[in-house]
Amino acid sequence: MEALINNFFNVDVMYKAKYLLWLGFKVTLQLSFLSLILAILAGLFLAFVRSFRIRAVNLLIVIYVDVFRALPTIILFMLVYFTWPYFGISLPRYWSAVVALTVNGAAYFEEIFRAGIEAIDKGQIEAARALGLSFSQTMFSVVLPQAIVIVLPPATSNSLELIKTTVLASVIALPELMKQAQQAHGLFANPTPLIAAALIFLAFLWPMVRLVGVLERKYGQYS
Amino acid sequence: MRRQGIEQAEPVNFRDLFYYFFNARVFLETLPDLLQGLVVTVEIAFLSLCLGFVLGLVLAVLRVAVKRRSNPLFIRLLNLPIAFYVDVLRSIPPLVILIVVYYALPYIGLVIPRFWAAVLTFVVILSAFAEEIFRAGIESIDRGQIEAARSLGLSYISTMTYVVIPQAFRVALPPMTSRMIAITKDVSLASVIGVADLLKKARAAQAFLANPTPLFSAALLFTLLFLPLVRISMYLEKKLGK
Repeated sequence: MEALINNFFNVDVMYKAKYLLWLGFKVTLQLSFLSLILAILAGLFLAFVRSFRIRAVNLLIVIYVDVFRALPTIILFMLVYFTWPYFGISLPRYWSAVVALTVNGAAYFEEIFRAGIEAIDKGQIEAARALGLSFSQTMFSVVLPQAIVIVLPPATSNSLELIKTTVLASVIALPELMKQAQQAHGLFANPTPLIAAALIFLAFLWPMVRLVGVLERKYGQYS
Repeated sequence: MRRQGIEQAEPVNFRDLFYYFFNARVFLETLPDLLQGLVVTVEIAFLSLCLGFVLGLVLAVLRVAVKRRSNPLFIRLLNLPIAFYVDVLRSIPPLVILIVVYYALPYIGLVIPRFWAAVLTFVVILSAFAEEIFRAGIESIDRGQIEAARSLGLSYISTMTYVVIPQAFRVALPPMTSRMIAITKDVSLASVIGVADLLKKARAAQAFLANPTPLFSAALLFTLLFLPLVRISMYLEKKLGK
């Protein structure tokens, strides 16, 4: 029990490592926020383009989505970070991570938004317009309320997955929370910072896990 | 065009492009090694999937059984530790759990070899997700069916085994396949703790030959492995999801 407390919940080490962890947490937050916004925008854009049903374009989007859903994200981080220099392009770690997260996240968000768009029957839009609603009224009072209910649970769950994926940036030595924790672990020869990092993630993502559960129960396919 | 000389961006030369990224000689030379790594990846994935889904199913059935209204309060409270286990493992990123298992547990005397540390990590993570999936499946079965089965004289366990779980399985299949893909993709994280899986072998070959072709070969192998699975899961979602 004493070994457990000394190694996993060592207050002294925690106190010394708190600055490193705080620096890392800030990077993790920034990275999550930026890549989440970019991935959602890119996913929306792709889903929007796909809804025009131009065959050649759609084929490209399908290939894109399938490939990035099939490729493990860690290898994507490595491909982006380790191979671009051979091309003569040197991208800093932070932006390599943003690119990898965005490219990967966009593939999942595209599928989610497409499901939302396709779920609304075209007849509803025509009916709303025929009843004299303006285009924006049709969108805001007919289409979006239905689409959001369909999109919200998977989009929240996917956002959670994306935030969890930011940890992989530690593999390309970006000093985010996990990398800093590993460095502190090496520095103090004590795994307390690793446990602390895990607890920080838990505190930060648990509410989101609960939210996903609530949304799925309320609007999900099992309700 | 070595890595040191890249500060001043050089124009892309297509001969270099093939030399560095799709080098046939390097590809063939490293392929046997990569395939060895692929075998390890598949081994970890297979063990984790089998054990993880079984553990998840056990937890789901346990949780549903414990939560029954007819139980006394102290038994119903057993629901809380399972809920806590599931939530913790769904909140913490897999890489963090893997690193804690492999680097932190030895300090309290639990030394687990690399391979088994990876398997253990993916089993516990998958079991948490599988518990949620199976429980949603079990709870989607109409209560009337359970009551009917019980009134026909089936025991609680027979009701579960013959009536509820087979139907729940059908509901659970689409989310199960997509979770299966997610966990198998996560197996490549094992390279971080030094398991000689596909990605580790590719990184080693890349460093050894100063040529990133092996990384692309690994990406190709992963994609070939997963594309059929991604397609199947999309098909199942369409077919059974509604």
